[in-house]
Amino acid sequence: MIVSKGDIEMDRRQFLKNSTAAVAAAGTGAMPWRAWAQAAPIKIGLLAPLTGVVASGGKEMVEGVQFYLESVNYQIAGRKVELAIEDDASNPDTALQKARRLVEQGNCHMLIGDLLANTGLAVANYVKGTGTPYFIPIIAADDLTQRQRIKNVIRVAGYTGSAFTHPFGDWCLKQGYKKIATISQDYTFGHEQCGGLAQVFTEGGGEIVQQFWHPLNTADFSPYLGQLADLKVDAIFAMETGADATRLIQQYASFGLKGKFPLLGAMNATDQSVIRTLGEECDGIIAAAHFAEGSNNPVTAKFTKDYEAKYGKIPSLYGFSMYSGIMWVAEALGKIGGKAEDRDALIDAVLKTDLTGSPLGTTVKLDAYGNPIYDVQIRKVVKRADGKYWNVPIANYPGVSQFWKYDPETYMKQPPYSRTFQGIKKA
Amino acid sequence: MTTVAPAPTKIAGMTGRAIAVVLLMLAIAAALPFVLSNYQVGLATEMLIFGMLAMSIDILAGFAGRTSLGHGAIFGVSGYVVVYASAQAGLPPAVAFVLGIVAATLVAIVFALLAVRTSGVYFLLLTLALGMIVWGICLRWTQVTGGENGMRGDVRPAILVGHRAFYWAVLVATTFVSYAMWRFVRSPFGLTLLGIRDSESRMKSLGYNVPLHLFVGFAVSGFFAGIAGALYAMFNNFVSPSTVALAQSVEGVLMMIAGGVGTLFGGFVGAAAIITLENVVSAYTERWQTVLGLTFIVIMIFAPEGIIGTLRGILARGTGSKDGYKSK
Repeated sequence: MIVSKGDIEMDRRQFLKNSTAAVAAAGTGAMPWRAWAQAAPIKIGLLAPLTGVVASGGKEMVEGVQFYLESVNYQIAGRKVELAIEDDASNPDTALQKARRLVEQGNCHMLIGDLLANTGLAVANYVKGTGTPYFIPIIAADDLTQRQRIKNVIRVAGYTGSAFTHPFGDWCLKQGYKKIATISQDYTFGHEQCGGLAQVFTEGGGEIVQQFWHPLNTADFSPYLGQLADLKVDAIFAMETGADATRLIQQYASFGLKGKFPLLGAMNATDQSVIRTLGEECDGIIAAAHFAEGSNNPVTAKFTKDYEAKYGKIPSLYGFSMYSGIMWVAEALGKIGGKAEDRDALIDAVLKTDLTGSPLGTTVKLDAYGNPIYDVQIRKVVKRADGKYWNVPIANYPGVSQFWKYDPETYMKQPPYSRTFQGIKKA
Repeated sequence: MTTVAPAPTKIAGMTGRAIAVVLLMLAIAAALPFVLSNYQVGLATEMLIFGMLAMSIDILAGFAGRTSLGHGAIFGVSGYVVVYASAQAGLPPAVAFVLGIVAATLVAIVFALLAVRTSGVYFLLLTLALGMIVWGICLRWTQVTGGENGMRGDVRPAILVGHRAFYWAVLVATTFVSYAMWRFVRSPFGLTLLGIRDSESRMKSLGYNVPLHLFVGFAVSGFFAGIAGALYAMFNNFVSPSTVALAQSVEGVLMMIAGGVGTLFGGFVGAAAIITLENVVSAYTERWQTVLGLTFIVIMIFAPEGIIGTLRGILARGTGSKDGYKSK
């Protein structure tokens, strides 16, 4: 086929014309944002990482929210709910831009979501200026409900990094463990989880023999596992999320450490999002969390069953937390007649609401700092009858505060957990 | 017999027509906040800042023939220093701002010392590696940089807290920076860089100190990237390792390419095009990055000289004239 130059020019022009038209169409397509303002539904902006390193968790966050909203037919307190979902791309700069879009262009009454602490901190800093209520069922950064509390940032149905490892440290002492080594991703969430365990464990007479910090997305754990194998410890605590957790658990088993030292995990390490893809190498790992999908509590069991029936997988923390988080907001909105526009009333109502419908099967309250108080389960990964693995509770710590048994004022005087401060009591 | 065309009268190095065009565009840009929503003003601010970054990369890529993948790091260092100096060290915003630019220039100087003796793909790889080092430091030096979480703080001076005020401040800064860059690339020094781009060996044999010229070019480019980075930190009140990451450098380079390599002001067009696309497409699909990728492929096939480059080509063909200094 012979194509003359004129044809190509024509094609280009045509292309330009078409693409301009497409861009223009896309521009007008964005207009529904405006239209919402008149129809007056409750507008909820959901931020979730749908692309990037934690995209699989992000998808389950969206599922959790949709699962709840579908169960109430997208109606809260008699008003229709509009859910605007934006991808934060696992990147704080993008999260910030999308939060601006939802608040300033989408006129959302509230924001909910984000998974990675850095994205949540970026958005929290932004809503500090705008006053928009921002709910963080997943973001665990301790200081958001402690030393650097922002009034309109509320951790509904969420948890602080160190909240569950405090009782876990106590449980370790009760098992008679004397020496523990930790391996963790080197970022705040890891520092906080390890710090919680280290502080309670060492104050009760235990010893943290060594702590390993590795960068996020470590492909090969052999340098760490080699050193861990030579330590004389009673147990190893692993604070891992996502693909790092999968790799660590697999390599821990293939290095022959599995039978040698009991493996303790942070709740994320044995979350469904991780163990769903694993086999017997995850069997028997112990972790502490508020939610255990294998609990025989009838409410939890029903939630797990319904979720599994709808999405074909056992719910993870992400799905569970977002489901409970949006339910919390809905219960609060019900109390103030659905007036989402009144931010102060909404924040006040959320803080005063005790979540009754939680899949945990218990009523959950917020403490004076906007952080929930949970019954913490010590859970063990076991094989279900159909061959899938899930977490089953083996011990229970009722009513655990983010400050454990410490006085909040005193606790907040100590520095936040970091690589250099792990709360370890000098012997 | 040769007839010399009378040189057009120039003010500040620009012809009357150019000044008229510039003033018109500035007037339009300055009036934008009156018609746009707050969010859109935010986007426009971002476009100006990233346009500046893309232009600073273009100084090296378009005029010295060396594409840097380390400018995101230089840009980000400035942001880190600005946030650290104001939020952690408690310095006034103006001081923090200057410190940020100084830090970025220093980083650029270090990069330049190592990179000027290379060209082509080696230059690309070396700047990439240097950028990765900066990223690694920001990620791992948790006590100072906040690690993965980054740093937050109210960086903007009180009078620039509003959307519009900040936009206008950035617009003023952008105007001065753009003018400075434009004068820089048209100066005898800039022409030397062009000469180096076209034939390094010839410039050497003519007696020019090639590494020194490249060094200065790199440092100046880093200085401008630093200004953009400092403004970005003020815009976001936040920095994290993703601001210094390779993706940031790549985004700057892509904006420059989309606008047109060697066109300088193409940076703004590229930044505007990419930021608009990101925001329009992401409202419809979470696969917006795929759409962005496809768009780049389309640009490379149909407009390899970028948006401005292609427009210039069409105009030049129309009038039969050729832009003298841009000859290859």
